[in-house]
Amino acid sequence: MLNILVSIKQVPDTTNIRINPETGTLIREGIPSITNPYDVVALSLACELKQRYGGKITVITMGPPQAKASLREAVEFGADRIILLCDKKFAGADTLATSYTLAETIKFLQKDDPFDLLLFGKQAIDGDTAQVGPGVANRLNIPVITYVIKLQDIDLINKKIIVHRKIERGVEVLEASLPVLLTCEKELCATPFVPLEQVIKATKAEPEVFTAEGPVIFTREKLGLKGSPTQVKKVFTPELKKQGKIYNLEEVPLEKVIEEIIGVLKEKGLL
Amino acid sequence: MKEVWVFIEQERGIIHPVSFELLGIAKKLALALSGKVAGVLLGYQVELLVEEIFSYGADRVYLIEHEVLLYYRHIPYVKGVSELAKKYQPEILLLGATPLGRDLAGGVATQLETGLTADVTELTIDKETGHLLMTRPAYGGNIMATIVCSQHRPQMATVRPRIFSIPEREPLHRGELIREQIEFKEEEAKVKRLDFIPKEKMVNLEYAEVIVAGGKGVGGKEGFGLLQEIANELGGEVGASRLAVEAGWISYDHQVGQTGKTVRPKVYMAFGISGTIQHRAGMQNSDYIIAVNTDPQAPIFKIADLGIIGDWKKIAQALLRALKRERGFYE
Ligand SMILES: Cc1cc2nc3c(=O)[nH]c(=O)nc-3n(C[C@H](O)[C@H](O)[C@H](O)COP(=O)(O)OP(=O)(O)OC[C@H]3O[C@@H](n4cnc5c(N)ncnc54)[C@H](O)[C@@H]3O)c2cc1C
Ligand SMILES: Nc1ncnc2c1ncn2[C@@H]1O[C@H](COP(=O)(O)O)[C@@H](O)[C@H]1O
Repeated sequence: MLNILVSIKQVPDTTNIRINPETGTLIREGIPSITNPYDVVALSLACELKQRYGGKITVITMGPPQAKASLREAVEFGADRIILLCDKKFAGADTLATSYTLAETIKFLQKDDPFDLLLFGKQAIDGDTAQVGPGVANRLNIPVITYVIKLQDIDLINKKIIVHRKIERGVEVLEASLPVLLTCEKELCATPFVPLEQVIKATKAEPEVFTAEGPVIFTREKLGLKGSPTQVKKVFTPELKKQGKIYNLEEVPLEKVIEEIIGVLKEKGLL
Repeated sequence: MKEVWVFIEQERGIIHPVSFELLGIAKKLALALSGKVAGVLLGYQVELLVEEIFSYGADRVYLIEHEVLLYYRHIPYVKGVSELAKKYQPEILLLGATPLGRDLAGGVATQLETGLTADVTELTIDKETGHLLMTRPAYGGNIMATIVCSQHRPQMATVRPRIFSIPEREPLHRGELIREQIEFKEEEAKVKRLDFIPKEKMVNLEYAEVIVAGGKGVGGKEGFGLLQEIANELGGEVGASRLAVEAGWISYDHQVGQTGKTVRPKVYMAFGISGTIQHRAGMQNSDYIIAVNTDPQAPIFKIADLGIIGDWKKIAQALLRALKRERGFYE
């Protein structure tokens, strides 16, 4: 039996993002929200492990009310308990405040029944920071393994796990004791097949809502904008470099263009 | 005296070039603060690297050596760097935005309860307040945000390889070595490396002098074969857009951009790449950009030094022929 926690985030689908060129701000209308793709991998792994070893999946997210949609999706993956952390006091959190809020919530949830495995995404695609997972692990005082691409083995008796981790020069095979926090890469797990009754169950699922008032007891100063050491000072659209020479092959002979490229390569000392 | 710290990333006694790049920018920041630059080196039997760190401009090196630090593990490395920072109170702490650097930074910032900005592309000191201004792309590179951390120290950032250039080496430059003793126990690490599987072929994209890159317009695997031939002639590497990688034409190691590598070769050739913001984010610092595209409206032309409107294959084949000729292989 495995007691699994998955932490997920709802993010704007950045493939479709448009920016108002005058103000440099995000055009929010019509941008769909999705569950962070790496968190879907985490959910998929949780689902597969529960099917194989039995156990329980708890899923948490901190976000606005519409993040409930992501939690319902989690029920399709077999989540037994879903929790939304939703309060104006949580808003504007940077990674330090986010990891504080999530870690305190996890401590509260595991008071009677500690989690064996905590699954996070490699990073959230809105900020691409990859900081929250390691942050939470440090606050819980448990080991973290980031960029996990494969779960090779879980030994439930000796409470050990063997995973593969992607680093620059290759792949590390690591052994850790449970509990451990993993951050998931895309390759780690494919989306599992979900039975229809689970999909139906998901549509009716209502998450528990936790606020800054309770049931978790928070230090106010550590939440949201107030608890965030970093502030956004300015937002702008990146400017483009000035345009160079343009040749159209319909007007300029191929030989001339090639000659020009060879010239550049020579000038740069590459030929 | 305010200190700007650079975490020196080393594996098996080899320093990652991003650490030298960071020593370079750290020096500029230290100058603006009338402070000093320090390198932070952790490992086992790595003292011989200290001179090299000095020669790239460090005024000080903090060194922690211990068997437990033989290879990177989160818990002992976080402990080592955090304890140093608590004791010596640096103003700024910079790390490479590599898998190792990011993993470490998230832990250290939490231990120190300070702010951390990821994947920074620009660093300056605010003249009025003396705070560090950290600029980074957000929302997939669609916008840039400047972040400050005014109330907490150190101000921490991870910076991608190849954003800043490696400073001139001064072989005779020396500084002060500070050895720090910290207790580590093997059990504390909680994670053990059982094995390491090196990559079959390392793609040295980030430090390549020439990159011949292809996108969706290249049309398939065979197209990348041709690009590889050109790259071979020039001693360069092949790059790719995300769509080409997703199509399975080439492996992820070759991807350039927001979610791939940041590169700054002397020449970047983009064949059949539209040049969306996410792709540009990874290559716009190249010295010279050559773009080939059939669509005159393709955004890649906005940053190209030499843009060619036409079929990629025609150009690529003619270029390969010309290169072979240049090198004396007459067909
Ligand atoms: C969060 C996020 C992160 C991303 N990260 C990255 C990243 O790291 N790197 C990246 O590259 N992308 C990234 N993308 C994807 C990016 O938005 C684009 O989808 C991608 O870069 C487009 O690839 P492309 O230029 O090859 O394809 P397309 O946009 O389809 O462009 C193909 C180009 O080929 C041209 N063409 C067609 N036929 C020919 C021919 N015969 N000869 C010459 N030209 C021809 C076409 O005119 C067109 O301009 C990311 C997207 C998101 C949302
Ligand atoms: N608001 C949040 N609620 C729950 N989990 C989160 C939240 N933000 C980040 N996470 C988790 O932390 C991971 C890394 O996020 P980030 O550090 O923001 O890139 C995500 O993939 C999630 O698993």
